[in-house]
Amino acid sequence: MSRITSYIKTFALWELLKGLSVTMRNFFRKSVTLEYPEEKTPQSSRFRGLHALRRYPNGEERCIACKLCEAVCPALAITIESDVSQDGTRRTTRYDIDLFKCIYCGFCEEACPVDAIVETRLHEYHMEAPGENIMTKDKLLAVGEKYDAMISADKAADAKYR
Amino acid sequence: MAEFFASLVPQFAWDIWNWFPPLVHYLVITLFKILVVMISVILIVAFSTYFERKVIGSMQARVGPNRVGPLGLGQPIADVIKLLIKEVIVPSQSSKFLFVIAPLLTLIPALAAWAVMPLNSDFVIADINAGLLYVLALTSVGVYGVILAGWATNSKYALLGAMRSAAQIVAYEIAMGFALVGVLMAGGSLNLGDIVEAQAGGVSQWFLLPLFPLFVVYWISGVAETNRAPFDVAEGESEIVAGFHVEYSGVAFALFFLAEYANMVLISTLTAIFFLGGWASPFEGWTFLNDISFLSWLTVGGLHWLFLKMCFFMYTFFWLRATFPRYRYDQIMRLGWKVFIPVTIVWIAVEGAMAWFQVGPWSGLGA
Repeated sequence: MSRITSYIKTFALWELLKGLSVTMRNFFRKSVTLEYPEEKTPQSSRFRGLHALRRYPNGEERCIACKLCEAVCPALAITIESDVSQDGTRRTTRYDIDLFKCIYCGFCEEACPVDAIVETRLHEYHMEAPGENIMTKDKLLAVGEKYDAMISADKAADAKYR
Repeated sequence: MAEFFASLVPQFAWDIWNWFPPLVHYLVITLFKILVVMISVILIVAFSTYFERKVIGSMQARVGPNRVGPLGLGQPIADVIKLLIKEVIVPSQSSKFLFVIAPLLTLIPALAAWAVMPLNSDFVIADINAGLLYVLALTSVGVYGVILAGWATNSKYALLGAMRSAAQIVAYEIAMGFALVGVLMAGGSLNLGDIVEAQAGGVSQWFLLPLFPLFVVYWISGVAETNRAPFDVAEGESEIVAGFHVEYSGVAFALFFLAEYANMVLISTLTAIFFLGGWASPFEGWTFLNDISFLSWLTVGGLHWLFLKMCFFMYTFFWLRATFPRYRYDQIMRLGWKVFIPVTIVWIAVEGAMAWFQVGPWSGLGA
């Protein structure tokens, strides 16, 4: 008996019709595509994108050249050289991050005792010439100045979990 | 309408036209008809690639092409321009003459078969009596292009693809031919126009119902003939890269692409003509529709019905592609030789017996 029903099912193309009904149902479903440049997915305030060096509100650099970020960096992407500055404090003379080496783990941000190095939400950046992958101290500070409001807001939003 | 267009042409042009002998008239009019049909077919082919991507996109919850022009409708044109400006690379170890003519050999039969298509009650380029045989012959000739392409390329993958395609088309050609024998018995003629006329009188008179198994076999064989999913082992990209057209690029590749879609359009139209009444309207018997002024066009047969039926089958092509994984090669052979051929032979016998004893929907067939 089961053999007869299986024969009938085979010749009625039952399994094939079942498959076709699945695709037909999906044909009328709304597409889930997100059309990227016009639409974007929501982003966490902890998003780890392009790096930035911050300053205090009075304009003083936060970084004290403790080199904890350099030590913790698993990809050895950070290079720091330091010297005594004119006001007698210890300051970096060189702070380079190689974006090709960086794995965007965020360890540098967590290791920093003064919240100087941060990773911003920026992820749509590009390089146009060889060597631009090295983020020098000046470039990092410039990013920090330009996006200060965004960085401060993200830090404030995350403060109660730290 | 015709008088209005005739009045647009100045009198001296008519005088020159009438000066030519009737043979020239016939030649010019036929060439013009061929031009119109060719251009329409090529346009349908171009936009069917767009609709394929849209339909499959929708079935996979995507949106499909939407960047070129409004709704992405410029996509086929962009694709064609891209293929036209690319270099045609001819492999150094290939047989160059065959390599170049192989795409033409696949495309020309697919387009030439349109000569006998009755697109309307009075529009057909060549109203020949053996139209069905002509179509059957031309759809089989297309395989030579595939075989030659695979052979001339001088590549393992291309040759494997060509061999698979040849075996598959030979296998399904038989089932297809038998299915058409059933249509021939029911229609009582080899002329495609007569076959459509025999189906006049609404859905109940179509060959779809009395010949349903043959319709299914013909349609599936048609999918196999055109090397479309789920029977696309000839190009099976996961095993043999792109099969017979692996070394083709630029315009030569575009011709293969065109031939594949032209064959799909052809098979869709043929299925509509053989089983769904061609250009006949499905509402022919519904006289009450004539009383409602804005619906009366529904009962009139014409090119629009053939086009709609063709679109339905094209959609089914895409639907099948979005649904089924590729058949294994031995399964394809088993289906062709051990299922379709017996089914068609049995149904031809059933059809003959039923028509002889005038049973149910079979009564009046082949009259």
